[in-house]
Amino acid sequence: MAMNLAEKILAKAAGRARVSPGEILTCCVDLAMIHDSGGPRRVGPILKRWDVGIFDPSRVVLISDHYVPAIDDETRRIADITRRFATEHKISNFHEAEGICHVVLPERGHLKPGMFAVGGDSHSPTGGAFGVYMFGIGATEMAGVLATGEIWVRVPQTIEISFDNAFGPGVVAKDVMLFLCGQLGMDGGRSEAVQFSGSAIRALSMQERMTLSNMTAELGGQVGLIEPDATTAAYIHAAGADAGPLDHWKSDADAVRAAHYTYDAAALAPHVAAPHSPANSAPIGDMDAVKIDVAYIGACTGAKLVDLRMAAEVLKGRKIASHVSLMVAPASRRDQDAAAREGTLQILVEAGAKLYPNACGICAGYGGTLDDDVTCLSSTARNFKGRMGAASSRVYLGSPYTVAASAVAGHIVDPRPMLAEGKRP
Amino acid sequence: MRGRAFVFGDGIDTDALAPGIFMKLPIAELARHCLESVDSTFVQNVKPGDILVGGLNFGVGSSREQAAEALKELGIACVIARSFGNIFYRNALNFGLPVLVCPTWSGIQNGDVLDVDPRSGLIENLAQKTGFSAQPLPDFLLEMIDNGGLVPHLEKRFARERQNMTGKTEP
Repeated sequence: MAMNLAEKILAKAAGRARVSPGEILTCCVDLAMIHDSGGPRRVGPILKRWDVGIFDPSRVVLISDHYVPAIDDETRRIADITRRFATEHKISNFHEAEGICHVVLPERGHLKPGMFAVGGDSHSPTGGAFGVYMFGIGATEMAGVLATGEIWVRVPQTIEISFDNAFGPGVVAKDVMLFLCGQLGMDGGRSEAVQFSGSAIRALSMQERMTLSNMTAELGGQVGLIEPDATTAAYIHAAGADAGPLDHWKSDADAVRAAHYTYDAAALAPHVAAPHSPANSAPIGDMDAVKIDVAYIGACTGAKLVDLRMAAEVLKGRKIASHVSLMVAPASRRDQDAAAREGTLQILVEAGAKLYPNACGICAGYGGTLDDDVTCLSSTARNFKGRMGAASSRVYLGSPYTVAASAVAGHIVDPRPMLAEGKRP
Repeated sequence: MRGRAFVFGDGIDTDALAPGIFMKLPIAELARHCLESVDSTFVQNVKPGDILVGGLNFGVGSSREQAAEALKELGIACVIARSFGNIFYRNALNFGLPVLVCPTWSGIQNGDVLDVDPRSGLIENLAQKTGFSAQPLPDFLLEMIDNGGLVPHLEKRFARERQNMTGKTEP
């Protein structure tokens, strides 16, 4: 019987030859990722109450990224709880202040195609870029996983989303996801498995694919899978691991999809989402030239090396508008170091950007936050009311290209003219 | 169960249920800010046993389970919605809060008294004499809810396993 990629991974995790959508399975977890916010301080007391340890510490990755850096007694206490948990439970995969979990996880070679993984964070579908069935769960459920190594899953249907041809200049994964959220809505994924395919997707770098899978959370899919290929294997190899055989980890051509949406990549324009939902999106040409106070390049969605490079492509030789504050919080220390080595970071700073720690920052509303009535254009994933600060603040979402170009213009603007101008000899 | 309805629209997100800026606070304090960005009087008006009725994608957003925990803290007996955010749905069940998917409800007003049976999925609006069918929850999830959520549920299982282990090692 033909199976989709999601079904193949779940079958393996449940020790079954085949599974069908709708079945409820108990799956064995290959990897569990937890962070400082939803991790030790929440799961620790539950494990204590049960008087049990962790099923297999080598399958657990602990990353401090939310309350980083610690700024007061409470956040110092959280950092301390996190460190003590790593020691007590002998978790050797502990990355503190190295960057945001969804970026650090693959960067350190923890993800391999065909794995079944859970993360204590809603953007855990990012792992789908590597052909990993990975989704977010809450802390209580995570405690159950850490204690038993198991979790129940309803086998999802598969919704395939294809982009044929190639994306035009200045159009990137972020635009794809804002477009899809606008088209299909934030419940477009119907808690099912989303699978991205087509020539335009295959041409994307791993970090761009991660942006697609990451925002499957906003699209309402449980996972956002991309079939692993040579690009995947090369990334994993560079991260010091081995991708293993890839052939099995694709959807059979004759497997049943619940829906198949096909789009022309070449026809897609940069997109911007207006407050207060990623689904409130439109092509940039339909968007007013809204004046912005803050331009934010940050988060797992929008501040990886590839995102920093996009911003630099626009900002090279330019200065941001005097009334705009451009905040850049590179998603990981390694990405920041790479950006510094190649000169990308200097371009951002010379244009007027201010650098922030390699952490979730204002995206999660935990770090410094937006003041009353501030208008922000952000490369992050979510613009829910009050998420990034005051309920009266207004957050627009766009690609790093769009954020950078708008920081220069002082208002929301199509990045393509600046990009074309920058390319002129 | 029987309770007063509080009706909300589509896309009630986790930042509305558990605002990020209050996430450092203990749950009792965090719960005082539940849904304040949508309805500033909600927390003053809600009473234990009340029922939330939502539209599409209730609980969309982050994995923070305080979104579900805050509702439990306020004594909400049950949430009915046309659809749920994936993670919130699981989190609510893990806290022993019944969540019922009912795409077809209509006409429920704030303050209507509802009679809800999570086992059968039947929802009766006593104020308007209307009825709706929600998808019933599978037995293993009902058992977890009856046990009070995942923590007491697994506590029972571990205790049982320990007992069996002890039993086996006895001569």
